[in-house]
Amino acid sequence: MSELLTVSNLRKSYGERVVLDDVSLTVQQHDVICLIGSSGSGKSTLLRCLNLLEDIDDGIITFDGREISDPRVDAREVRSRIGMVFQAYNLFPHLSVLDNCTLAPRRVHGVRRADAEARALSLLEKFGLADHDAQHPDRLSGGQQQRAALVRALCTSPTLLLLDEITAALDPELVGEVLAIVRAEAEAGMTMVIATHEMAFARDVATSVCFLDQGRILEQGPPAEIFSNPREERTREFLRRVLPD
Amino acid sequence: MSEWSPSPHELERRRLRRQLRTRSVLIATVMTVVAFVVLTLGITGSPGWASVKEYFFSRDDAREALPAIWDAIWLNIKMFLVAEVFILIFAMLIAMARVSRSPWLVPLRLVAVVYTDVVRGIPTILLVYLLAFGMPALRLGGLPTSAFFWATVALIISYSAYVAEVFRSGIESVHPSQWASAEALGLSRGQCLRHVVIPQAVRRVVPPLLNDFVSLQKDTALASAAGVFEAVFVARDYGNYNFNYTPLVVVACFFIVLTVPLARATDWLSAKYRRRELAGVL
Repeated sequence: MSELLTVSNLRKSYGERVVLDDVSLTVQQHDVICLIGSSGSGKSTLLRCLNLLEDIDDGIITFDGREISDPRVDAREVRSRIGMVFQAYNLFPHLSVLDNCTLAPRRVHGVRRADAEARALSLLEKFGLADHDAQHPDRLSGGQQQRAALVRALCTSPTLLLLDEITAALDPELVGEVLAIVRAEAEAGMTMVIATHEMAFARDVATSVCFLDQGRILEQGPPAEIFSNPREERTREFLRRVLPD
Repeated sequence: MSEWSPSPHELERRRLRRQLRTRSVLIATVMTVVAFVVLTLGITGSPGWASVKEYFFSRDDAREALPAIWDAIWLNIKMFLVAEVFILIFAMLIAMARVSRSPWLVPLRLVAVVYTDVVRGIPTILLVYLLAFGMPALRLGGLPTSAFFWATVALIISYSAYVAEVFRSGIESVHPSQWASAEALGLSRGQCLRHVVIPQAVRRVVPPLLNDFVSLQKDTALASAAGVFEAVFVARDYGNYNFNYTPLVVVACFFIVLTVPLARATDWLSAKYRRRELAGVL
Protein backbone atom coordinates (compact mmCIF):
# COMPACT_ATOMS: atom_id res chain seq x y z
CA MET A 1 0.00 0.00 0.00
CA SER A 2 1.27 3.42 -0.88
CA GLU A 3 -0.16 6.89 -0.68
CA LEU A 4 -1.62 7.95 -4.00
CA LEU A 5 -3.16 11.24 -2.93
CA THR A 6 -2.75 13.38 0.15
CA VAL A 7 -4.54 16.54 1.09
CA SER A 8 -3.31 18.57 4.01
CA ASN A 9 -4.88 21.64 5.58
CA LEU A 10 -6.76 22.49 2.39
CA ARG A 11 -8.67 25.74 2.41
CA LYS A 12 -10.95 27.08 -0.30
CA SER A 13 -13.13 30.16 -0.16
CA TYR A 14 -15.25 32.10 -2.58
CA GLY A 15 -14.78 35.67 -1.42
CA GLU A 16 -15.93 35.77 2.18
CA ARG A 17 -17.55 32.34 2.10
CA VAL A 18 -15.20 29.60 3.29
CA VAL A 19 -16.18 26.37 1.53
CA LEU A 20 -13.37 24.11 2.69
CA ASP A 21 -11.61 24.71 5.97
CA ASP A 22 -8.51 22.82 7.08
CA VAL A 23 -9.36 19.61 5.24
CA SER A 24 -6.85 16.78 5.43
CA LEU A 25 -7.23 13.42 3.73
CA THR A 26 -5.02 10.54 2.71
CA VAL A 27 -5.93 8.17 -0.10
CA GLN A 28 -3.97 4.93 -0.42
CA GLN A 29 -3.79 2.96 -3.62
CA HIS A 30 -7.00 0.87 -4.06
CA ASP A 31 -8.85 2.95 -1.46
CA VAL A 32 -12.47 3.86 -2.01
CA ILE A 33 -13.17 7.02 -0.03
CA CYS A 34 -16.79 8.07 0.27
CA LEU A 35 -17.54 11.68 1.13
CA ILE A 36 -20.93 12.09 2.79
CA GLY A 37 -22.67 15.13 4.19
CA SER A 38 -25.51 17.46 3.36
CA SER A 39 -25.61 19.63 0.25
CA GLY A 40 -23.26 22.56 0.51
CA SER A 41 -20.94 20.81 2.93
CA GLY A 42 -18.09 21.07 0.41
CA LYS A 43 -17.99 17.57 -1.11
CA SER A 44 -18.11 18.70 -4.72
CA THR A 45 -15.69 21.55 -4.17
CA LEU A 46 -13.20 19.15 -2.61
CA LEU A 47 -13.37 16.92 -5.69
CA ARG A 48 -12.96 19.91 -7.98
CA CYS A 49 -9.90 21.01 -6.02
CA LEU A 50 -8.36 17.54 -6.37
CA ASN A 51 -8.74 17.78 -10.13
CA LEU A 52 -7.24 21.30 -10.13
CA LEU A 53 -10.48 22.73 -11.49
CA GLU A 54 -10.36 25.22 -8.60
CA ASP A 55 -7.42 27.22 -7.29
CA ILE A 56 -7.02 26.54 -3.59
CA ASP A 57 -6.43 29.19 -0.96
CA ASP A 58 -4.15 27.22 1.33
CA GLY A 59 -2.87 23.73 1.98
CA ILE A 60 -1.07 21.11 -0.06
CA ILE A 61 -2.34 18.43 -2.43
CA THR A 62 0.06 15.72 -3.53
CA PHE A 63 -0.63 13.10 -6.17
CA ASP A 64 1.68 10.19 -6.86
CA GLY A 65 4.34 11.68 -4.60
CA ARG A 66 4.37 15.13 -6.19
CA GLU A 67 2.78 18.36 -5.05
CA ILE A 68 0.13 19.23 -7.64
CA SER A 69 -1.07 22.38 -5.88
CA ASP A 70 2.13 24.05 -7.05
CA PRO A 71 1.20 26.70 -9.66
CA ARG A 72 4.03 25.52 -11.90
CA VAL A 73 2.50 22.07 -12.28
CA ASP A 74 0.93 21.37 -15.66
CA ALA A 75 -2.72 20.86 -14.73
CA ARG A 76 -3.47 19.00 -17.95
CA GLU A 77 -0.81 16.41 -17.21
CA VAL A 78 -2.34 15.80 -13.76
CA ARG A 79 -5.88 15.64 -15.10
CA SER A 80 -4.88 13.20 -17.80
CA ARG A 81 -4.25 10.69 -15.02
CA ILE A 82 -7.40 11.47 -13.04
CA GLY A 83 -10.89 10.57 -14.24
CA MET A 84 -13.92 12.58 -13.19
CA VAL A 85 -17.64 11.96 -13.55
CA PHE A 86 -20.17 14.69 -12.85
CA GLN A 87 -23.69 14.69 -11.45
CA ALA A 88 -25.19 15.98 -14.70
CA TYR A 89 -23.23 13.48 -16.90
CA ASN A 90 -21.76 16.33 -18.99
CA LEU A 91 -21.51 14.20 -22.10
CA PHE A 92 -20.83 16.21 -25.24
CA PRO A 93 -24.17 16.33 -27.08
CA HIS A 94 -22.66 16.82 -30.53
CA LEU A 95 -20.63 13.60 -30.38
CA SER A 96 -21.82 10.01 -30.48
CA VAL A 97 -21.29 7.90 -27.36
CA LEU A 98 -18.27 6.28 -28.96
CA ASP A 99 -16.74 9.62 -29.95
CA ASN A 100 -17.33 10.92 -26.44
CA CYS A 101 -15.33 7.97 -25.14
CA THR A 102 -12.46 8.19 -27.63
CA LEU A 103 -11.96 11.97 -27.60
CA ALA A 104 -9.47 12.11 -24.71
CA PRO A 105 -7.59 8.88 -25.53
CA ARG A 106 -7.05 10.09 -29.09
CA ARG A 107 -6.41 13.79 -28.54
CA VAL A 108 -4.72 13.79 -25.13
CA HIS A 109 -3.07 10.38 -24.91
CA GLY A 110 -2.25 9.96 -28.57
CA VAL A 111 -3.89 6.56 -28.90
CA ARG A 112 -4.62 5.48 -32.46
CA ARG A 113 -8.26 5.67 -33.48
CA ALA A 114 -8.68 1.93 -33.96
CA ASP A 115 -7.16 1.14 -30.57
CA ALA A 116 -9.16 3.82 -28.78
CA GLU A 117 -12.38 2.56 -30.35
CA ALA A 118 -11.59 -1.05 -29.53
CA ARG A 119 -11.05 -0.20 -25.88
CA ALA A 120 -14.14 2.02 -25.72
CA LEU A 121 -16.30 -0.62 -27.36
CA SER A 122 -15.12 -3.34 -25.01
CA LEU A 123 -15.87 -1.12 -22.00
CA LEU A 124 -19.24 -0.08 -23.42
CA GLU A 125 -20.10 -3.72 -23.94
CA LYS A 126 -18.97 -4.65 -20.45
CA PHE A 127 -21.29 -2.01 -19.02
CA GLY A 128 -24.29 -2.93 -21.14
CA LEU A 129 -24.10 -0.17 -23.73
CA ALA A 130 -22.99 -2.33 -26.64
CA ASP A 131 -25.82 -1.23 -28.94
CA HIS A 132 -25.62 2.45 -28.14
CA ASP A 133 -22.13 3.41 -29.26
CA ALA A 134 -23.33 5.17 -32.44
CA GLN A 135 -26.13 7.08 -30.73
CA HIS A 136 -25.94 10.62 -29.46
CA PRO A 137 -26.19 11.08 -25.68
CA ASP A 138 -29.57 12.79 -25.68
CA ARG A 139 -31.10 9.61 -27.09
CA LEU A 140 -30.16 7.62 -23.99
CA SER A 141 -31.85 7.33 -20.60
CA GLY A 142 -30.24 9.06 -17.63
CA GLY A 143 -28.80 5.81 -16.36
CA GLN A 144 -27.36 4.97 -19.76
CA GLN A 145 -25.88 8.44 -20.08
CA GLN A 146 -24.21 8.21 -16.70
CA ARG A 147 -22.83 4.76 -17.55
CA ALA A 148 -21.48 6.23 -20.79
CA ALA A 149 -19.90 9.06 -18.79
CA LEU A 150 -18.25 6.47 -16.54
CA VAL A 151 -16.93 4.63 -19.57
CA ARG A 152 -15.62 7.93 -20.94
CA ALA A 153 -13.72 8.49 -17.70
CA LEU A 154 -12.39 4.92 -17.66
CA CYS A 155 -11.24 4.91 -21.27
CA THR A 156 -8.07 6.82 -20.39
CA SER A 157 -7.18 4.22 -17.69
CA PRO A 158 -6.95 6.82 -14.91
CA THR A 159 -5.01 6.14 -11.71
CA LEU A 160 -7.68 7.88 -9.67
CA LEU A 161 -11.38 8.27 -10.28
CA LEU A 162 -13.42 11.14 -8.83
CA LEU A 163 -17.18 10.67 -8.79
CA ASP A 164 -19.31 13.70 -7.94
CA GLU A 165 -22.78 12.56 -6.81
CA ILE A 166 -23.13 10.60 -10.00
CA THR A 167 -26.47 9.06 -9.07
CA ALA A 168 -28.11 12.18 -7.65
CA ALA A 169 -29.96 12.98 -10.88
CA LEU A 170 -31.19 9.43 -11.49
CA ASP A 171 -34.37 7.75 -10.42
CA PRO A 172 -33.93 4.88 -7.95
CA GLU A 173 -34.39 2.18 -10.57
CA LEU A 174 -31.45 3.48 -12.57
CA VAL A 175 -29.18 4.12 -9.60
CA GLY A 176 -28.46 0.43 -9.28
CA GLU A 177 -27.12 -0.04 -12.80
CA VAL A 178 -24.69 2.84 -12.37
CA LEU A 179 -23.54 1.80 -8.92
CA ALA A 180 -22.95 -1.75 -10.19
CA ILE A 181 -20.22 -0.35 -12.44
CA VAL A 182 -18.65 1.59 -9.61
CA ARG A 183 -18.75 -1.50 -7.44
CA ALA A 184 -17.08 -3.56 -10.16
CA GLU A 185 -14.37 -0.94 -10.53
CA ALA A 186 -13.83 -0.90 -6.76
CA GLU A 187 -13.45 -4.66 -6.73
CA ALA A 188 -11.00 -4.43 -9.62
CA GLY A 189 -8.85 -2.21 -7.43
CA MET A 190 -9.59 1.26 -8.83
CA THR A 191 -8.76 4.05 -6.42
CA MET A 192 -11.76 6.34 -6.03
CA VAL A 193 -12.98 9.36 -4.16
CA ILE A 194 -16.76 9.45 -4.26
CA ALA A 195 -19.16 12.15 -3.14
CA THR A 196 -22.45 10.38 -2.60
CA HIS A 197 -25.84 10.36 -0.95
CA GLU A 198 -26.17 6.59 -1.33
CA MET A 199 -25.50 5.48 2.23
CA ALA A 200 -26.08 1.78 1.64
CA PHE A 201 -23.61 1.86 -1.23
CA ALA A 202 -21.05 3.75 0.85
CA ARG A 203 -21.39 1.23 3.64
CA ASP A 204 -20.76 -1.64 1.22
CA VAL A 205 -18.02 -0.32 -0.98
CA ALA A 206 -16.07 2.29 0.95
CA THR A 207 -12.82 1.53 2.65
CA SER A 208 -13.24 4.77 4.49
CA VAL A 209 -16.06 7.27 4.96
CA CYS A 210 -15.62 11.00 5.58
CA PHE A 211 -18.43 13.05 7.02
CA LEU A 212 -18.19 16.65 5.85
CA ASP A 213 -19.96 19.44 7.65
CA GLN A 214 -19.62 23.13 6.84
CA GLY A 215 -16.42 22.62 4.92
CA ARG A 216 -14.65 20.44 7.47
CA ILE A 217 -14.12 16.71 7.70
CA LEU A 218 -15.85 16.23 11.01
CA GLU A 219 -15.34 12.53 11.25
CA GLN A 220 -13.56 9.84 9.25
CA GLY A 221 -13.36 6.09 9.67
CA PRO A 222 -14.27 2.70 8.26
CA PRO A 223 -17.92 2.53 7.23
CA ALA A 224 -18.83 0.09 9.97
CA GLU A 225 -17.68 2.59 12.57
CA ILE A 226 -19.17 5.72 11.00
CA PHE A 227 -22.55 4.17 10.29
CA SER A 228 -23.03 2.14 13.47
CA ASN A 229 -21.17 4.10 16.04
CA PRO A 230 -20.45 7.68 14.99
CA ARG A 231 -18.43 9.73 17.42
CA GLU A 232 -19.91 13.15 16.69
CA GLU A 233 -23.41 14.25 17.55
CA ARG A 234 -23.64 16.12 14.21
CA THR A 235 -22.87 12.89 12.30
CA ARG A 236 -25.51 11.01 14.25
CA GLU A 237 -28.06 13.71 13.47
CA PHE A 238 -27.22 13.60 9.75
CA LEU A 239 -27.43 9.80 9.61
CA ARG A 240 -30.74 9.80 11.47
CA ARG A 241 -32.16 12.02 8.77
CA VAL A 242 -30.83 10.15 5.74
CA LEU A 243 -31.04 6.54 6.90
CA PRO A 244 -34.38 4.74 7.13
CA ASP A 245 -35.21 3.52 10.67
CA MET B 1 -15.36 32.43 10.85
CA SER B 2 -12.31 31.78 12.93
CA GLU B 3 -9.39 34.01 12.09
CA TRP B 4 -7.11 32.43 9.55
CA SER B 5 -3.80 33.52 8.21
CA PRO B 6 -2.12 31.97 5.19
CA SER B 7 0.56 29.38 5.91
CA PRO B 8 4.15 30.02 4.77
CA HIS B 9 3.55 27.45 2.05
CA GLU B 10 0.55 29.41 0.78
CA LEU B 11 2.50 32.66 0.85
CA GLU B 12 5.19 31.00 -1.22
CA ARG B 13 2.51 29.76 -3.64
CA ARG B 14 1.07 33.25 -3.98
CA ARG B 15 4.53 34.59 -4.70
CA LEU B 16 4.88 31.93 -7.41
CA ARG B 17 1.48 32.73 -8.90
CA ARG B 18 2.42 36.40 -9.00
CA GLN B 19 5.67 35.51 -10.68
CA LEU B 20 3.88 33.41 -13.31
CA ARG B 21 1.40 36.20 -13.89
CA THR B 22 4.20 38.73 -14.34
CA ARG B 23 5.79 36.37 -16.82
CA SER B 24 2.61 36.14 -18.92
CA VAL B 25 2.21 39.91 -18.90
CA LEU B 26 5.82 40.26 -20.00
CA ILE B 27 5.38 37.76 -22.84
CA ALA B 28 2.20 39.51 -23.95
CA THR B 29 3.88 42.93 -23.95
CA VAL B 30 6.98 41.81 -25.82
CA MET B 31 4.95 39.91 -28.41
CA THR B 32 2.66 42.90 -29.01
CA VAL B 33 5.53 45.34 -29.40
CA VAL B 34 7.38 42.99 -31.74
CA ALA B 35 4.29 42.46 -33.89
CA PHE B 36 3.65 46.19 -34.23
CA VAL B 37 7.26 47.04 -34.98
CA VAL B 38 7.42 44.38 -37.70
CA LEU B 39 4.14 45.57 -39.19
CA THR B 40 5.18 49.24 -39.16
CA LEU B 41 8.57 48.52 -40.68
CA GLY B 42 6.97 46.33 -43.33
CA ILE B 43 4.56 49.04 -44.42
CA THR B 44 6.76 52.11 -44.17
CA GLY B 45 9.62 50.24 -45.79
CA SER B 46 7.65 49.46 -48.95
CA PRO B 47 8.82 51.21 -52.15
CA GLY B 48 5.58 53.12 -52.73
CA TRP B 49 5.09 54.26 -49.16
CA ALA B 50 6.00 57.89 -49.83
CA SER B 51 3.25 58.43 -52.40
CA VAL B 52 0.70 56.38 -50.43
CA LYS B 53 1.47 58.54 -47.43
CA GLU B 54 0.91 61.67 -49.45
CA TYR B 55 -2.38 60.54 -51.00
CA PHE B 56 -3.95 58.84 -47.99
CA PHE B 57 -2.27 60.21 -44.87
CA SER B 58 -1.78 63.88 -45.51
CA ARG B 59 -2.17 65.92 -42.34
CA ASP B 60 -3.11 69.14 -44.11
CA ASP B 61 -5.84 67.54 -46.18
CA ALA B 62 -7.20 65.81 -43.11
CA ARG B 63 -7.43 69.13 -41.29
CA GLU B 64 -9.04 70.84 -44.25
CA ALA B 65 -11.72 68.18 -44.83
CA LEU B 66 -12.51 67.62 -41.16
CA PRO B 67 -15.28 70.27 -40.67
CA ALA B 68 -17.28 69.06 -43.67
CA ILE B 69 -16.94 65.42 -42.60
CA TRP B 70 -17.87 66.29 -39.04
CA ASP B 71 -21.10 67.86 -40.30
CA ALA B 72 -21.87 65.02 -42.68
CA ILE B 73 -21.22 62.19 -40.24
CA TRP B 74 -24.23 63.31 -38.20
CA LEU B 75 -26.37 62.32 -41.14
CA ASN B 76 -24.89 58.81 -40.99
CA ILE B 77 -25.46 58.65 -37.26
CA LYS B 78 -29.04 59.84 -37.60
CA MET B 79 -29.75 57.35 -40.36
CA PHE B 80 -28.20 54.54 -38.36
CA LEU B 81 -30.04 55.32 -35.14
CA VAL B 82 -33.44 55.62 -36.82
CA ALA B 83 -32.90 52.48 -38.89
CA GLU B 84 -31.69 50.43 -35.93
CA VAL B 85 -34.87 50.95 -33.92
CA PHE B 86 -37.12 49.90 -36.81
CA ILE B 87 -34.85 46.98 -37.74
CA LEU B 88 -35.01 45.56 -34.21
CA ILE B 89 -38.79 45.77 -34.18
CA PHE B 90 -39.41 44.42 -37.69
CA ALA B 91 -36.78 41.69 -37.39
CA MET B 92 -38.27 40.44 -34.13
CA LEU B 93 -41.77 40.40 -35.66
CA ILE B 94 -40.51 38.47 -38.69
CA ALA B 95 -38.64 35.98 -36.49
CA MET B 96 -41.73 35.49 -34.33
CA ALA B 97 -43.86 34.95 -37.43
CA ARG B 98 -41.42 32.32 -38.64
CA VAL B 99 -41.49 30.30 -35.41
CA SER B 100 -45.27 30.62 -34.93
CA ARG B 101 -47.26 27.39 -35.05
CA SER B 102 -50.82 28.69 -35.14
CA PRO B 103 -52.75 27.75 -38.30
CA TRP B 104 -54.20 31.30 -38.37
CA LEU B 105 -50.76 32.74 -38.87
CA VAL B 106 -49.69 30.50 -41.76
CA PRO B 107 -50.04 33.27 -44.40
CA LEU B 108 -47.91 35.54 -42.21
CA ARG B 109 -45.30 32.81 -41.87
CA LEU B 110 -45.26 32.38 -45.61
CA VAL B 111 -44.76 36.10 -46.13
CA ALA B 112 -41.93 36.10 -43.59
CA VAL B 113 -40.14 33.22 -45.31
CA VAL B 114 -40.46 34.75 -48.76
CA TYR B 115 -39.44 38.17 -47.43
CA THR B 116 -36.19 36.94 -45.87
CA ASP B 117 -35.35 34.77 -48.87
CA VAL B 118 -35.92 37.53 -51.41
CA VAL B 119 -34.56 40.53 -49.52
CA ARG B 120 -31.41 38.77 -48.38
CA GLY B 121 -30.71 37.89 -51.96
CA ILE B 122 -30.77 41.49 -53.18
CA PRO B 123 -27.60 43.56 -52.76
CA THR B 124 -28.38 46.43 -50.41
CA ILE B 125 -27.09 49.01 -52.86
CA LEU B 126 -29.70 47.88 -55.43
CA LEU B 127 -32.43 48.36 -52.83
CA VAL B 128 -31.12 51.86 -52.19
CA TYR B 129 -31.24 52.66 -55.91
CA LEU B 130 -34.67 51.12 -56.37
CA LEU B 131 -36.29 52.94 -53.49
CA ALA B 132 -34.49 56.28 -53.64
CA PHE B 133 -35.03 56.74 -57.37
CA GLY B 134 -38.09 54.55 -57.93
CA MET B 135 -40.42 55.66 -55.15
CA PRO B 136 -40.32 59.41 -55.85
CA ALA B 137 -40.72 58.62 -59.57
CA LEU B 138 -44.08 57.01 -58.82
CA ARG B 139 -45.36 60.50 -58.00
CA LEU B 140 -47.73 59.19 -55.41
CA GLY B 141 -49.21 62.03 -53.40
CA GLY B 142 -48.29 62.10 -49.72
CA LEU B 143 -45.16 59.97 -49.97
CA PRO B 144 -41.91 61.67 -49.05
CA THR B 145 -39.47 62.17 -51.90
CA SER B 146 -36.27 62.76 -49.99
CA ALA B 147 -33.39 60.46 -50.88
CA PHE B 148 -32.39 60.34 -47.20
CA PHE B 149 -35.80 58.95 -46.26
CA TRP B 150 -35.84 56.25 -48.92
CA ALA B 151 -32.23 55.24 -48.40
CA THR B 152 -33.05 54.72 -44.72
CA VAL B 153 -36.10 52.65 -45.65
CA ALA B 154 -33.91 50.53 -47.96
CA LEU B 155 -31.50 49.84 -45.11
CA ILE B 156 -34.37 48.93 -42.80
CA ILE B 157 -35.84 46.52 -45.34
CA SER B 158 -32.51 44.88 -46.06
CA TYR B 159 -31.24 44.56 -42.50
CA SER B 160 -34.56 43.42 -41.06
CA ALA B 161 -34.18 40.26 -43.11
CA TYR B 162 -30.66 39.58 -41.81
CA VAL B 163 -31.44 40.40 -38.22
CA ALA B 164 -34.64 38.33 -38.32
CA GLU B 165 -32.55 35.28 -39.11
CA VAL B 166 -30.21 36.10 -36.25
CA PHE B 167 -33.18 36.29 -33.87
CA ARG B 168 -34.62 33.07 -35.25
CA SER B 169 -31.39 31.16 -34.76
CA GLY B 170 -31.32 32.48 -31.19
CA ILE B 171 -34.90 31.34 -30.58
CA GLU B 172 -34.15 27.91 -31.97
CA SER B 173 -31.02 27.54 -29.87
CA VAL B 174 -33.08 27.67 -26.67
CA HIS B 175 -33.43 24.10 -25.46
CA PRO B 176 -36.86 22.48 -26.07
CA SER B 177 -37.09 21.72 -22.35
CA GLN B 178 -37.55 25.46 -21.78
CA TRP B 179 -40.63 25.44 -24.03
CA ALA B 180 -41.87 22.33 -22.25
CA SER B 181 -41.48 23.75 -18.75
CA ALA B 182 -43.10 27.06 -19.75
CA GLU B 183 -46.01 25.27 -21.44
CA ALA B 184 -46.32 23.02 -18.41
CA LEU B 185 -46.95 26.13 -16.32
CA GLY B 186 -49.93 26.84 -18.57
CA LEU B 187 -48.35 29.64 -20.59
CA SER B 188 -49.62 30.06 -24.13
CA ARG B 189 -47.15 29.69 -26.98
CA GLY B 190 -47.03 33.44 -27.35
CA GLN B 191 -46.40 33.89 -23.64
CA CYS B 192 -43.66 31.24 -23.75
CA LEU B 193 -41.99 33.22 -26.49
CA ARG B 194 -42.45 36.57 -24.80
CA HIS B 195 -41.44 35.68 -21.25
CA VAL B 196 -39.19 32.62 -21.47
CA VAL B 197 -37.68 31.95 -24.87
CA ILE B 198 -37.03 35.38 -26.37
CA PRO B 199 -35.26 36.82 -23.31
CA GLN B 200 -32.82 33.89 -23.41
CA ALA B 201 -32.53 34.03 -27.19
CA VAL B 202 -31.74 37.73 -27.30
CA ARG B 203 -28.89 37.33 -24.83
CA ARG B 204 -27.33 34.62 -26.93
CA VAL B 205 -27.46 36.59 -30.16
CA VAL B 206 -26.06 39.85 -28.85
CA PRO B 207 -22.63 39.31 -30.49
CA PRO B 208 -23.96 38.52 -34.01
CA LEU B 209 -26.52 41.30 -33.56
CA LEU B 210 -23.72 43.73 -32.85
CA ASN B 211 -21.98 42.44 -35.95
CA ASP B 212 -24.98 43.37 -38.06
CA PHE B 213 -25.24 46.82 -36.48
CA VAL B 214 -21.61 47.64 -37.05
CA SER B 215 -22.18 46.57 -40.62
CA LEU B 216 -25.28 48.79 -40.76
CA GLN B 217 -23.33 51.80 -39.51
CA LYS B 218 -20.93 51.36 -42.39
CA ASP B 219 -23.67 50.67 -44.93
CA THR B 220 -25.18 54.09 -44.24
CA ALA B 221 -22.45 55.08 -46.73
CA LEU B 222 -24.53 53.38 -49.43
CA ALA B 223 -26.89 56.34 -49.23
CA SER B 224 -24.22 58.26 -51.13
CA ALA B 225 -25.26 56.19 -54.15
CA ALA B 226 -28.62 57.94 -54.00
CA GLY B 227 -26.98 61.33 -53.73
CA VAL B 228 -27.34 61.77 -49.98
CA PHE B 229 -24.60 64.11 -48.84
CA GLU B 230 -23.25 61.88 -46.05
CA ALA B 231 -19.66 61.46 -44.83
CA VAL B 232 -18.30 59.13 -47.50
CA PHE B 233 -19.87 61.26 -50.23
CA VAL B 234 -18.24 64.36 -48.75
CA ALA B 235 -14.87 62.62 -48.51
CA ARG B 236 -15.05 61.33 -52.08
CA ASP B 237 -16.12 64.75 -53.26
CA TYR B 238 -13.08 66.31 -51.59
CA GLY B 239 -10.85 63.64 -53.16
CA ASN B 240 -12.18 64.32 -56.62
CA TYR B 241 -11.51 68.04 -56.35
CA ASN B 242 -8.13 67.91 -54.61
CA PHE B 243 -6.67 64.61 -55.79
CA ASN B 244 -6.12 63.52 -52.23
CA TYR B 245 -7.95 60.68 -50.49
CA THR B 246 -6.97 61.40 -46.90
CA PRO B 247 -10.60 62.33 -46.03
CA LEU B 248 -11.61 58.71 -46.70
CA VAL B 249 -9.17 57.63 -43.98
CA VAL B 250 -10.62 60.28 -41.71
CA VAL B 251 -14.12 58.91 -42.30
CA ALA B 252 -12.84 55.40 -41.56
CA CYS B 253 -11.50 56.68 -38.24
CA PHE B 254 -14.89 58.22 -37.44
CA PHE B 255 -16.62 54.88 -38.10
CA ILE B 256 -14.15 53.07 -35.86
CA VAL B 257 -14.67 55.56 -33.08
CA LEU B 258 -18.43 55.01 -33.40
CA THR B 259 -18.31 51.22 -33.24
CA VAL B 260 -15.71 50.57 -30.54
CA PRO B 261 -17.74 51.87 -27.57
CA LEU B 262 -20.72 49.81 -28.76
CA ALA B 263 -18.59 46.66 -28.92
CA ARG B 264 -17.15 47.23 -25.42
CA ALA B 265 -20.62 47.94 -24.02
CA THR B 266 -22.05 44.68 -25.35
CA ASP B 267 -19.01 42.70 -24.13
CA TRP B 268 -19.57 44.13 -20.68
CA LEU B 269 -23.27 43.32 -20.84
CA SER B 270 -22.78 39.68 -21.87
CA ALA B 271 -20.09 39.22 -19.23
CA LYS B 272 -22.52 40.51 -16.63
CA TYR B 273 -25.28 38.11 -17.67
CA ARG B 274 -22.80 35.23 -17.71
CA ARG B 275 -21.57 35.99 -14.23
CA ARG B 276 -25.09 36.23 -12.89
CA GLU B 277 -26.47 33.10 -14.50
CA LEU B 278 -23.50 30.76 -14.33
CA ALA B 279 -22.40 31.74 -10.83
CA GLY B 280 -22.89 28.28 -9.37
CA VAL B 281 -21.63 26.30 -12.35
CA LEU B 282 -18.10 27.54 -12.73
